[in-house]
Amino acid sequence: MSHAEGLEGSSEADRNSSMMANSLTVTLLNIQVICDSSLVFNTGSGGEMQQKNLEGYVGFANLPNQVYRKSVKRGFEFTLMVVGESGLGKSTLINSLFLTDLYSPEYPGPSHRIKKTVKVEQSKVLVKEGGVQLLLTIVDTPGFGDAVDNSDCWQPVIDHIDNKFEDYLNSESRVNRRLMPDNRVHCCLYFIAPSGHGLKPLDIEFMKRLHEKVNIIPLIAKADTMTPEEGQQFKKQIMREIQEHKIRIYEFPETDDEEEIKLVKKIKERLPLAVVGSNTIIEVNGKRVRGREYPWGVAEVENGEHCDFTILRNMLIRTHMQDLKDVTNNVHYENYRSRKLAAVTYNGADNNRNKGQLTKSPLAQMEEERREHVSKMKKMEMEMEQVFEMKVKEKIQKLKDSEAELQRRHEQMKRNLEAQHRELEEKKRQHEDEKAQWETQQRQLEQQKLEASRTLEKNKKKKIF
Amino acid sequence: MTDSAKLHQPHPPPKGERSHAGDFSYVGIDAILEQMRRKAMKQGFELNIMVVGQSGLGKSTLMNTLFKSKVSRKSAQPNPEEKIPQTIEIKSISHDIEEKGVRMKLAVIDTPGFGDQINNENCWQPIMKFINDQYEAYLQEEINIDRKKRIPDSRVHCCIYFIPPTGHCLRPLDVEFMRRLSKVVNIVPVIAKADTLTLEERDDFKQTIREELRANGIDVYPQKEFDEDAEDRLINDKIREMIPFAVVGSDQEYQVNGKKLLGRKTKWGTIEVENIAHCEFAYLRDLLIRTHMQNIKDITGSIHYEMYRVRRLNESNAGPGLAPGQAPTLVPAHTNGQTKVNGGPPNGMAAQCEVLTHEM
Repeated sequence: MSHAEGLEGSSEADRNSSMMANSLTVTLLNIQVICDSSLVFNTGSGGEMQQKNLEGYVGFANLPNQVYRKSVKRGFEFTLMVVGESGLGKSTLINSLFLTDLYSPEYPGPSHRIKKTVKVEQSKVLVKEGGVQLLLTIVDTPGFGDAVDNSDCWQPVIDHIDNKFEDYLNSESRVNRRLMPDNRVHCCLYFIAPSGHGLKPLDIEFMKRLHEKVNIIPLIAKADTMTPEEGQQFKKQIMREIQEHKIRIYEFPETDDEEEIKLVKKIKERLPLAVVGSNTIIEVNGKRVRGREYPWGVAEVENGEHCDFTILRNMLIRTHMQDLKDVTNNVHYENYRSRKLAAVTYNGADNNRNKGQLTKSPLAQMEEERREHVSKMKKMEMEMEQVFEMKVKEKIQKLKDSEAELQRRHEQMKRNLEAQHRELEEKKRQHEDEKAQWETQQRQLEQQKLEASRTLEKNKKKKIF
Repeated sequence: MTDSAKLHQPHPPPKGERSHAGDFSYVGIDAILEQMRRKAMKQGFELNIMVVGQSGLGKSTLMNTLFKSKVSRKSAQPNPEEKIPQTIEIKSISHDIEEKGVRMKLAVIDTPGFGDQINNENCWQPIMKFINDQYEAYLQEEINIDRKKRIPDSRVHCCIYFIPPTGHCLRPLDVEFMRRLSKVVNIVPVIAKADTLTLEERDDFKQTIREELRANGIDVYPQKEFDEDAEDRLINDKIREMIPFAVVGSDQEYQVNGKKLLGRKTKWGTIEVENIAHCEFAYLRDLLIRTHMQNIKDITGSIHYEMYRVRRLNESNAGPGLAPGQAPTLVPAHTNGQTKVNGGPPNGMAAQCEVLTHEM
């Protein structure tokens, strides 16, 4: 609404845009716009920022609205991991936080699923509220800390987180990056059993290994076990131990806003948050509240004096969800990435067998791909050459065969020809013989004829007489 | 003189005895109860309780509440910063407490470090070793030739096992521990910090635990097989329906309805420790102290200890080439330089010892 006031002093020409902005501000939730529009110039090389006041209304004060509209359309994603021994009320707390029955009564409770090894299970839920969509992923770790021997029970959790980082890294390095789902674990709620003394060795080990990979928010489970004094002492003890072991839990960001500073200070005083979860509704003094009913009273979940549930809910969902995602992206993910790259440049070799190790990086991957490609090409070339030679040999063989064949046929034909020739010669001779015979016969006949004629003449002559 | 003799009134009949006059059938056997009572008051009682459970379950607080005085290890050495020890230690604190002329020597044996490490394999071994060591010490005293009139009893009579109030089921660690130890000592399982559970959750949890105990064949106190008669069985059945007791301990007093009571004060109400509607501490206390203490000690002495003894003696007799009556591992101290043959325990072997001495 301050936005609208600030606009009234602007020029008349922008009435339309201001009206549009007004209609959008009605649907805004808590987005504050800079009233006095000013430009900040970056002067030259390493100069200081100058703030200049604008003469009129430019309109880029509308940017948050645009961002807001786009985000609402896209929807939000958030991955929450809950870790703790069984029986500490993790499922109840998740149900209470999001007012859903994520873990319905049919879902087998820990009494029925006594796991021998630690598993990591994911369940997704799409929650809608006021037009805003939230794809909530809850990662559960049943079996954590339940066995007699709990060494390395944190390993499956670490593997899961690293896998998610690696998936994101791979999808970031792809050529086509339009769809990039963000499945990285944004926040880990670690449940501490309310012993009243301090952290257990298991708690310390787990947090030491995971504080560099994910935002850890330690919670004191089943806080209705402790009286207020015990609770205070326990919290102090835990914070002391956390500092002693140099565990870095999630720190709230520094802001300039007065209100936010106060809020953050209040939260910091009450760390780690002592929570009680419940979804059963009980009547207390005519009011209906969520709580746990005992013979001596009702412990209310949403009462700030009874437990820190409201603080947790506000912090997790209403104020710091985006910051958790940012810290995961900027700090934990970058740590992972730089560690991987450093590992690769140190090793250099091709050791991409073990998925759990940080030896693959985009550059190296490209190099490898190129090398692979080249070697593949070479192999193909050789193969083709071989094939070619084989074919050539075959052809030669064939040609030789056909040559031989031809030769043979040639010979055969020659022979045939000769045979024919001889036959013909034979015939010719015969024919010649016959001719000669005939000629002789003819001559004989002629001779006979002559003789005959001669005799005739003789006879004639004779006769005449 | 004679006047005083005449005036001498007959002594008033002692308490508990009926007057002799006019009752010829009364012998006076029941006077033995009075004699035993006097003797017990002079001697005093001994009770050794061991508490086992993860740190932070309220073991020390419960001990303090049970005996309404600071008997726990924490009170003996106040240590504001509790560091979880790396290995399991066994610490025994003894106290002499007195009530209405009855003295009791109470020993609370604590086991800090149990179940706290990351790897809890064999965390029961130090505890079993301790219990067996106590039996061993008693056995050694017993087979001594020259033994004391009253053997100091340091055997663990009762082991209270604290189950964390998860509300779901027994953890593998709990099952393992109870399975092994129910054979050597009386185990009383309790649900610690029971103010975490609402009444329905508590009932469900107890049901689950009872089923699991049955499924795993774990026999906790009161054991079914040691019920002596129908009356016992009736009482014990009622108790068996209620175990494990859901207890809350506190050693701080608060004002509730004008009365000063032990309890825990939270923002939403005050939990009274001795109120049966709130928690079952009263039942546990009655079981341990008011009604079944002697029974617990008897079972420890006559059953668990005897089992240990039989096992031990069989072990030592199992060695080859040993003459009967000779138990080289069970050597009692020669206090007077007597040349008696190494005596076995008196009961079965006494006769053989006699024979040998005669031979010598």
